Amino acid sequence: MSPSTAAAPLLQVRNLRVEFPTRRGTLVAVDDVSFDVAPGEVLGVVGESGAGKSLTGAAIIGLLEPPGRIAGGQVILEGQRIDDLPYEQMRKIRGARIGAIFQDPLTSLNPLYSVGRQLVETIQTHLPLSAFDARARAVGLLKEVGIPGAETRVDHYPHQFSGGMRQRVVIALALCANPRLIIADEPTTALDVSIQAQIIALLKGLCREHGTAVVLVTHDMGVIAETADRVAVMYAGRLAEIGPVRDVVKNARHPYTRGLMGSIPSIGGHAERLTQIDGAMPRLTAIPSGCAFNPRCPQAGVRCSIERPDLMRAGPSRAACWLYDSAGVGAPAAREAARG
Amino acid sequence: MISFVLNRVAQAAGVLLAVGFIAFSLFTYVGDPINAMVGQDTSQQEKEELREKLGLNDPAPLQFARFIGNVVQGKFGLSYRTSDPVGRLILERLPATLELALCAALFALGVGVPLGVYTGLYPRHWTSRLLQAVSLIGISLPTFLIGILLIVFFAVILNVLPSFGRGETVKFGWWTSGYFTVAGLKALILPSVTLGLFQLTLIMRLVRSEMLEVMRTDYIKFARARGLSNRAINYGHALKNTLVPVITVTGLQLGAIIAFAIITETVFSWPGMGQLFVQSVQFADIPVMAAYLLLVSAFFVTINLAVDLLYYVVDPRLRGSTGGRH
Ligand SMILES: Nc1ncnc2c1ncn2[C@@H]1O[C@H](COP(=O)(O)OP(=O)(O)OP(=O)(O)O)[C@@H](O)[C@H]1O
Ligand code: SF4
Ligand SMILES: [Mg+2]
Repeated sequence: MSPSTAAAPLLQVRNLRVEFPTRRGTLVAVDDVSFDVAPGEVLGVVGESGAGKSLTGAAIIGLLEPPGRIAGGQVILEGQRIDDLPYEQMRKIRGARIGAIFQDPLTSLNPLYSVGRQLVETIQTHLPLSAFDARARAVGLLKEVGIPGAETRVDHYPHQFSGGMRQRVVIALALCANPRLIIADEPTTALDVSIQAQIIALLKGLCREHGTAVVLVTHDMGVIAETADRVAVMYAGRLAEIGPVRDVVKNARHPYTRGLMGSIPSIGGHAERLTQIDGAMPRLTAIPSGCAFNPRCPQAGVRCSIERPDLMRAGPSRAACWLYDSAGVGAPAAREAARG
Repeated sequence: MISFVLNRVAQAAGVLLAVGFIAFSLFTYVGDPINAMVGQDTSQQEKEELREKLGLNDPAPLQFARFIGNVVQGKFGLSYRTSDPVGRLILERLPATLELALCAALFALGVGVPLGVYTGLYPRHWTSRLLQAVSLIGISLPTFLIGILLIVFFAVILNVLPSFGRGETVKFGWWTSGYFTVAGLKALILPSVTLGLFQLTLIMRLVRSEMLEVMRTDYIKFARARGLSNRAINYGHALKNTLVPVITVTGLQLGAIIAFAIITETVFSWPGMGQLFVQSVQFADIPVMAAYLLLVSAFFVTINLAVDLLYYVVDPRLRGSTGGRH
């Protein structure tokens, strides 16, 4: 399902800024990040470890862990601003309108309760169903996520499921109240390579059926290429590039994205660190002035170390790179590189 | 499940048998029981006859078997000090100790768990920091000092609570209870607080650290992401996951409460088994000491057994997987 560009966005993230106050000053872990997610759309989020992907997701569902905090910007869900809601109101949105799936299915479930109890509890938190109906819905959800023998499995405990099955249960839990948006933070990284593709296919299929939008954080470019409608590339807390998946994968604009796409590992063969680019992402305490990527960028010009680029139109995508500065004041070196 | 229980019961029996052997050794090798029984002017001849009659010349294993047989029937012999049957002496003292221990344990749990939950959920709040600091005092002050301080304050200065004895008791058959009279309940307060304070602080600190740990786990984060209420998360998910270590420690501490009642009973002249034990040590009253030893270890073993069974109830992972992993 390709979302129509005219549809009102389901989620709008506006100039999001996440800070960690520390003794040695404030760390800005997410800086001026803006993007939209349309209803039913899958937005892939990629970037090296520490780029701020998880924090962006946590900020959207309002679960940043103190001392981390949203220091600026807005998160707007279906036209309603949600980043400044009181805890109780935000709690009612979590699970009901925004679901979440985390990395490790082995630790995401409470070991002391049966999966049925955890499902029923979540269902009854958000939907006015009797215990009987909630249980029926729990069994239905387990069937939907492909757990064989759901009627009996519903009473089993997490330790009685394999990793892949547990992640299916986690997906069922995220879908309990049929949310409009799911934040999936590396949902397959902890799983066996052989089942990663199954789980991604399941997630994609279910969300398409339910019309649920997904923000899919992953290191795996193969997953992005196969699953996402659009891709956001993060670097050092900022968006480097965002655009339609075909364009970003086949014809990356930002030099960093080009490095990332240097080789696309197939699904499963995920590269933990994207090391095609020389050097490493800067620490939050030492982000270079100008474009944060300039020390590693093969096309950096003079301007790149002085002025910080915002997202600019670059074909169908947008990239934060002076190479695409249409005002024509880009550094000569950068402009030459863009032409070449 | 059944094999698990049988296994644990067998282990418990093994432990008790070992303790029984120690008690038996007390009789056989600490002092000569004949000398303790007879007068100064008894002849060597008479002593030998008595020895033969009591079976003290039989081989040790036979004597041990006889000793265990008697113990199982509740026959612990006669006290060297009062010549009363030891079983009766102990039974007279048992209710006082058990009622005190129960109160102390309830006090420790009833106050320790909520405080632990509170300080674990709000570790940065100033009341949590204060409680944490105060609890250090509770852990480091010796029991007798706490008892004496309480007596000085509540019995001597304020004169609102009694400082010794059980107050008024009510008889139910051989059991005497202080739970049914105002004086009896008042008399329980200071000793229970004294006896339970250490365990209270221990439980509070344990629950706190377990809570802190559990609140950081992925399943709590995921529970938040599902929008569960704070109550469901804190008490339904987090507290229950702290239970296994808390049950372990509480079980062990309950045994310790019974064993350490000796000090509290001495400070408060509490007519319980601990006091009886102290008296019997002074008189080298070995039958009483042996019976006390056996009884306390029987408590320990029983409590441990109960703890193991509770694990089973709390943690499904121990129940073995029905259906196995798929
Ligand atoms: N509690 C914290 N205090 C200080 N800095 C933090 C804290 N939590 C996260 N950060 C920093 O924020 C940055 C972004 O973290 P985030 O978890 O969003 O990265 P990520 O892109 O999800 O990386 P990964 O791919 O490893 O999951 C990291 O550099 C990290 O060091
Ligand atoms: S702005 Fe300059 S340094 Fe940054 S990516 Fe573009 S060319 Fe490279
Ligand atoms: Mg992450």
